[in-house]
Amino acid sequence: MPVRLPFRPRRDAYPPDLWTKCPGCAEMLFNKQLDKSLRVCPHCSHHFRIPARTRIEHLVDSGSFVERDADLQPVDALGFVDLKSYPDRLVAAQLSTGLRDAAVWGLAAMGGRPVSLCVMDFGFIGGSMGSVVGEKVARAGEAALAERMPLIIVSSSGGARMQEGTYSLMQLVKTMGVVERVKAARVPFISVLTDPTTGGVFASFAVVGDVNIAEPNALIRFAGDRVSAGTIGEELPAGYQRAEFWFSHGFVDRIVARAHLREEIISLLGFLVAPSLDGAGEPATAPASRPRSFLSALTGALGGETNDDSRNGETEGSRGEAPRG
Amino acid sequence: MVDRLLGRGHAEVHVDEQPESPTAAVWAHVQQARNLKRPHTLELLKVMADEFIELHGDRLFGDDSAIVAGLAKIASRRVVVIGFQKGQDTEENIRRNFGLPHPEGYRKAMRVMDLAERFSMPIITFVDVQGAFPGAAAEERGIAEAIARSVGLMTRLRTPIVAVITGEGGSGGALGLAVGDVVLALENSIYSVISPEGCAAILWRSAEQSQQAAVAMKVTAQEQVELGIVDAVIAEPGEGAHTDPTETARRIRGVVLERLDALGRMSIDELVEARFKRYRAYGPYTVAERPAAPQERPGLADRLRGLLGTRPSMPPFTRPRLPGLPGLPGLPGREEE
Repeated sequence: MPVRLPFRPRRDAYPPDLWTKCPGCAEMLFNKQLDKSLRVCPHCSHHFRIPARTRIEHLVDSGSFVERDADLQPVDALGFVDLKSYPDRLVAAQLSTGLRDAAVWGLAAMGGRPVSLCVMDFGFIGGSMGSVVGEKVARAGEAALAERMPLIIVSSSGGARMQEGTYSLMQLVKTMGVVERVKAARVPFISVLTDPTTGGVFASFAVVGDVNIAEPNALIRFAGDRVSAGTIGEELPAGYQRAEFWFSHGFVDRIVARAHLREEIISLLGFLVAPSLDGAGEPATAPASRPRSFLSALTGALGGETNDDSRNGETEGSRGEAPRG
Repeated sequence: MVDRLLGRGHAEVHVDEQPESPTAAVWAHVQQARNLKRPHTLELLKVMADEFIELHGDRLFGDDSAIVAGLAKIASRRVVVIGFQKGQDTEENIRRNFGLPHPEGYRKAMRVMDLAERFSMPIITFVDVQGAFPGAAAEERGIAEAIARSVGLMTRLRTPIVAVITGEGGSGGALGLAVGDVVLALENSIYSVISPEGCAAILWRSAEQSQQAAVAMKVTAQEQVELGIVDAVIAEPGEGAHTDPTETARRIRGVVLERLDALGRMSIDELVEARFKRYRAYGPYTVAERPAAPQERPGLADRLRGLLGTRPSMPPFTRPRLPGLPGLPGLPGREEE
């Protein structure tokens, strides 16, 4: 797939190249302008892939994000070497993204409501899900469960991380186990599928949100088209495996342009409210969901702290200028 | 491809010929796991079960013949059996879509798992699949959703589950039926996150490196035991399961019954909690020292130092143990008959 990553890994270290060519309409876009429009092409509304921290800035109330578990560090359990060794790939990805692995999770507020938010970063080894990403998704789910606040996961991933072998495959079970408990406890789960959401991430938590939202034209699929076309020799329809395809096949509730994503989620949160635990008829579920004291303490701190990387105001101000998708 | 699906071209691989390199040995193992003469779910049931009533259809769209599910009596126990079914000849393979399931297969499986839970029957699954069907028909009917839901259901199902990997444990397609309280594997089976061919095509950008990919991913049953993904290996008779399907089925029957007995002594709450914890614990990671308060713009050297300085050596990953499994202390990784 000849898609170049258009963003610079660390946007604050302003890149020397000021222009980005839109892969949608071939228009040359001024990077600062593109940032202001939430990295959506003003001409053709092509949605560029964005790093996790940028996504978080776009979504949450300014300065409300408190990252958790930023220190989880992946491990090369298999001693995996392909063209490069896995530790080398990890270091390269860590240097280019400033992240330790391909997901960022934390507590935040959206429209004043506390949420547990986990965002994947495609720039880190294709956003692939290894043990750390699975762990972060699971912890985000457990925090949502413990505090009965909505779980929001923004997926952007090529699927399971092959370099961690079957441990990666087990992350599907790990995350689904937690998501099943979130659902049984009637805690809302909103899944946002962005470009791309494929393989084992699509075939686990990303597809089973109470509400599934996709960004326009996002590539979403289980099997790669190379696999489909090569193995089966089928002719693939146009727009195959794009967000609109999943919308028309009933797997995505809404296709929402980036400019409206935040408002859309806030509106949904107004409807999807976790019933309080003391209410009658609460099913006896989720034995592992006993509130953990440190999480309770965290929510207390919510709003007080600001995230290291959040550059406030910029997104709030630019939101109005963003084009319709 | 068709040759591979039909298991042709593997005839020249014999276990008794001494492979020259470890890579060749692993590759021979992969070919063994794919040997079409290995017994699949229905062949195993013929020996294992006194009675088997197959159930059909997912109640939503159709019936998938690549996955079979039904009610069985094994040693006068009522159990539910669900498994993948490859064909043993071309005709059966065409009928069974070369053992590549569509979403209907997983949805049928879920429907039957629900039966098992409601009527208190333990579940035995047999896993032997290259992967879910990768074509447009499966995709547009939601193969990803079907697998996700099946995996999710199996994490919370209130009845014992024993999964047996009998051949290829290929990726998410296999996982859809491979979540269990106990996961066993036949000696020559493989289990991997992606097929060696797929892994090679992506990471090496050439399918020629499939053998290396198989080695790198540690696909063999014994390696999966060492990683803690599989609980125990069931030894195969003679030169492999394909040479004596009946004896293979007998051995599986013995081990599975033993495991079901042990699981039956746990309360359902304990069982489900232990299963959740098992999968919750999978995957090693470490906690790096928190980076010092970030500077405004840390230079490359700073970041490099930070990352290198905090990369810890890998601790051994200990598999989560099922608590309260009586009668099976210190089971070695391998079970002889």
